[in-house]
Amino acid sequence: MERFDTLVIGAGHNGLTCASLLAKAGQRVLLLEADDHVGGLAGAHEFHAGYRAPTAHSVDHFAQPVAAALDLEKHGLRWRPAPPLVGLGDGGAPRIIRDGALEGATAADSAAWPAFRARLNTFARALEPYWLKTIPRIAKAPLPELAIFGRMGWSLRKMGKADLREFLRQFALPTRDLVDEHFEDEVLKALISWDGLIGSRMAPRSPNNAVLMMLYRMAGRSVESPANLIAALEGAAQAAGVTVRTGTRVSELKLEATEHGYHAAGVVLEDGEAIATDRVVSSADPKTTFLDLVGARHLEIGFTNRINRLRCNGLVAKLHLALDGLPSFTGLERPEGRMILAPTLDSIEFAFDGSKYGECPETPVLEVTVPSLDDPSLAPDGGHVLSAHVMFVPHERRDGWDDAARAELLERSLAVLESNAPGLRQKIVAQELLTPADIEARHGVTGGHWHHTEFALDQMLMMRPSYEAAQYRTPIDGLWLCGAGTHPAGDLTGAAGHNAAREILK
Amino acid sequence: MKRWDAIVIGAGHNGLTNAAYLQKAGLDVLVVEKNDYIGGAAVSREMVDGWQYSSCSYVCSMMRQAIHRDLDLSRHGLMLVPYLGTIAYGLNGEVLISYHDEDANHNELKRFSPHDADAMHRFEADMGRYSQFIRKTLMRTPPDPVNLKIRDIKELIFLGKQMWNLGEREIYEYIRFFTMSAAEYLDDYFENSLVKASMATPGIIGTALGVESPGSAYILLHHVMGDVDGNIGAWGLARGGMGAISHAIGSAFQSFGGEVRTEAGVQQIRVRNGKASGVVLENGDELEADIVVSNLDARRTFTHIMDPNDLPPGIVEKAKNYKIRGSSGKVNIALSGLPKFINVPDNRYVNRGGQAFIGDMETLERAYDCWKRGRWSDDPFIESVIPSAWDPTVAPPGCHWMSNFIQYCPPKLADGPWTPDKRDAFGKTVVDKLERHAPGFKDLIVHMEVRTPHEIENEIGLTEGNIFQGELTIDQLLFNRPFPGYGQYRMPVKNLYMSGSSTHPGGGVSATCGANAAREILMDLKRPNTVPEDDCYDE
Repeated sequence: MERFDTLVIGAGHNGLTCASLLAKAGQRVLLLEADDHVGGLAGAHEFHAGYRAPTAHSVDHFAQPVAAALDLEKHGLRWRPAPPLVGLGDGGAPRIIRDGALEGATAADSAAWPAFRARLNTFARALEPYWLKTIPRIAKAPLPELAIFGRMGWSLRKMGKADLREFLRQFALPTRDLVDEHFEDEVLKALISWDGLIGSRMAPRSPNNAVLMMLYRMAGRSVESPANLIAALEGAAQAAGVTVRTGTRVSELKLEATEHGYHAAGVVLEDGEAIATDRVVSSADPKTTFLDLVGARHLEIGFTNRINRLRCNGLVAKLHLALDGLPSFTGLERPEGRMILAPTLDSIEFAFDGSKYGECPETPVLEVTVPSLDDPSLAPDGGHVLSAHVMFVPHERRDGWDDAARAELLERSLAVLESNAPGLRQKIVAQELLTPADIEARHGVTGGHWHHTEFALDQMLMMRPSYEAAQYRTPIDGLWLCGAGTHPAGDLTGAAGHNAAREILK
Repeated sequence: MKRWDAIVIGAGHNGLTNAAYLQKAGLDVLVVEKNDYIGGAAVSREMVDGWQYSSCSYVCSMMRQAIHRDLDLSRHGLMLVPYLGTIAYGLNGEVLISYHDEDANHNELKRFSPHDADAMHRFEADMGRYSQFIRKTLMRTPPDPVNLKIRDIKELIFLGKQMWNLGEREIYEYIRFFTMSAAEYLDDYFENSLVKASMATPGIIGTALGVESPGSAYILLHHVMGDVDGNIGAWGLARGGMGAISHAIGSAFQSFGGEVRTEAGVQQIRVRNGKASGVVLENGDELEADIVVSNLDARRTFTHIMDPNDLPPGIVEKAKNYKIRGSSGKVNIALSGLPKFINVPDNRYVNRGGQAFIGDMETLERAYDCWKRGRWSDDPFIESVIPSAWDPTVAPPGCHWMSNFIQYCPPKLADGPWTPDKRDAFGKTVVDKLERHAPGFKDLIVHMEVRTPHEIENEIGLTEGNIFQGELTIDQLLFNRPFPGYGQYRMPVKNLYMSGSSTHPGGGVSATCGANAAREILMDLKRPNTVPEDDCYDE
């Protein structure tokens, strides 16, 4: 049997990216995927005969250097302008952010927009290079590596004194305070806040972590569709010579005791098959990797504690509707882009409140797309797929998750949709609602969390997921991380997989 | 016409501290105060015959010992008495008493959770270490990380060294503590909801954040980093009420030759040729001075008593965006006897300590949810103390008074502005909760004073009644406090300074803001510094 240099666990986009980069550098790489297809959360699954939907429904900030390193354009990747962000929910004309410009806003808000946008852009551009860097351990790294902090400081200083002062204040603001300082219209304020909040345990009044998420999401470029991205990544993996085995679940790591601890010598599959290797790279989340695959008994207790306390409970449910025609949203000619159904900042805040106690929101807030507009193969002729992120839905519902609870949440979500798209219910052929717990079960992501673990000041940079594993190597010799639980974070960016490959190849 | 060296607007404890240090350096200083009494929010007031209410702030812990000693406040009549314990009231009559004695405390916690009893040692050790670092920054002017003058670089190196000395792991632990929510942070230590809640309450007092809001863990520290007579983390009362603190500082100021003028509200800060040159009082009097120090909050200073034309562009906007949110209420009650609380043993630890009427973590967070919606909770968090139990000077013989601090109380209600009826309804909610824990409580009430953010603002002049003169979030801490670029006590107009809690390090009756501002003013005047170094470095 062929011996591989490296095993990569998980064929999500980060696993694919890392595996391909390693193979391009000459390693023999085996990529193992538990599901029967590659793509992880970006992969589409059939939820009704003829209707498919990916869990992640758009690719809005894929890192261009990663695409370049893998020649993804040659493998069919198609960039596109960022899809419009459409604010609905109050029955009025939609407020739309398209190509950085604002439509449908009040005169005062339109006047305030360019300066606001320009400043955030300045911040985002200053930070962008660092999402693709390895952030060293502050006390342990050699001086040349630590110089990155100096460069980061200089990048920020280059923005100019006024912008730097504002950055040092604004980065920690709750989105509510940020937008309240500039705008008057609630729909617009909710719309601008959205990218700081979705996927995280953040509401408009939550300080510290939301603005950085907005800036993170302003890096990179939009790709046509998740399917297009995954197809390109798959093409790149094939071209690089990665061996991909789907339907192959890893049940544990094979460890060998060494003088200094343990060495990852291979993996054991669910069916008992053992595969030996020199190196294992896990794109699974940190809790799965360390607590399930490695096992706490092989880890130092302080490290185990730090992994254990990672905050991994996701708050986004996923709704898929199979439709027999194109839905029609009030005020919109075509349901294009990402439609945000959150009429006020309070609507988001109040939808969040219940989740703190394990309750589902009475009136959820939603991000809606119709992915079949970009990728007609997702639905049969004439049909369409509506995909919605539903917030904020607790991973652990206080009274537990059962069919009645799902039905109740589905009904509340449909009520919000119907009020924004009258007649939608009549078009529904079939539906699927995935709670965070369902997403966890389906994709093996702890807590069903978008970023594997919260993107928060205490869990980012050289602290992600914990300082002993933040440079992609781990306390287990030969075991590496390449998933969203490492710097920078999740979303379809390719950054973590790319950064991990660079470190492994060093 | 007399020209003063400096005029300080507002005789709160920080304004008086600032004035005392300026006067001590030989300046001729006048403090002007709108009320007919001094002290701002640190006051003792006789609202009913024989009872002395600490109407606003009610406990003391953050007062820096260096200032206490340097101004010889004990000689000026200040005496601090530490709490002996605190009682946390949970759901269904649960009572958790925290004792200073470690063994007693451990035994008490074991009743709730053996795990938490053990974890408390770790928690207290961690808090102690974290507060050491912060304490070192309190009596220092924050560096300006943008201008980077030589003093800023020196200060950054000082702070960097302090950080570096902590070691790698500890630095990351600090970052967690500085940025996380109190609830998530406490989850790492404790499992019992009442134990957690009793530790979490300092994280929400005075702030428009909940125990689940990121950033609330730091505010928890803000409340445990003080000391009483060098007893770190301890809380105490000032004998005679909180007014004793202001009076002692005021007395020190006057002993140096300073003058306080009450019932002298300032209408406007006068600016001439781009320099602050005095104040115009509400009665029309004009007073001239070389330096003007505002002890009012940043919002009020720039939007109430300054002409926007005297300010550089953008400052009024910054002042309007400055976050100073009303979130607390106060109910002061004169009692004809000591109330008897259910399930509380009758001993001195109980009588000489604080009481926290909580419920559990969810009760606290739900109270915050109500605040967000412009309501007060039916089951609010109440932090109480009965000072008369060990200070006979504040109530007639046999009688008592109880200070109740309520979190949360909205500055504006969803159904319109505050009215006397709504204020009374708020007071009734508080008394009803107390009655549930102490049947017969209502019958003991002799007099009651209910203060919502509306009353606190009107009386003391704190915008929205915010007790810290501004939220303590990262965007308003250190060099960002009150605004980026103005974190070193100098304001946008020459010869104008700020000395209140809107400046670093923020509120809490610590006297540090006023002292730090005095140091900066004396530096600008090239006068010898009279402000002492902090004495926390040898811990």
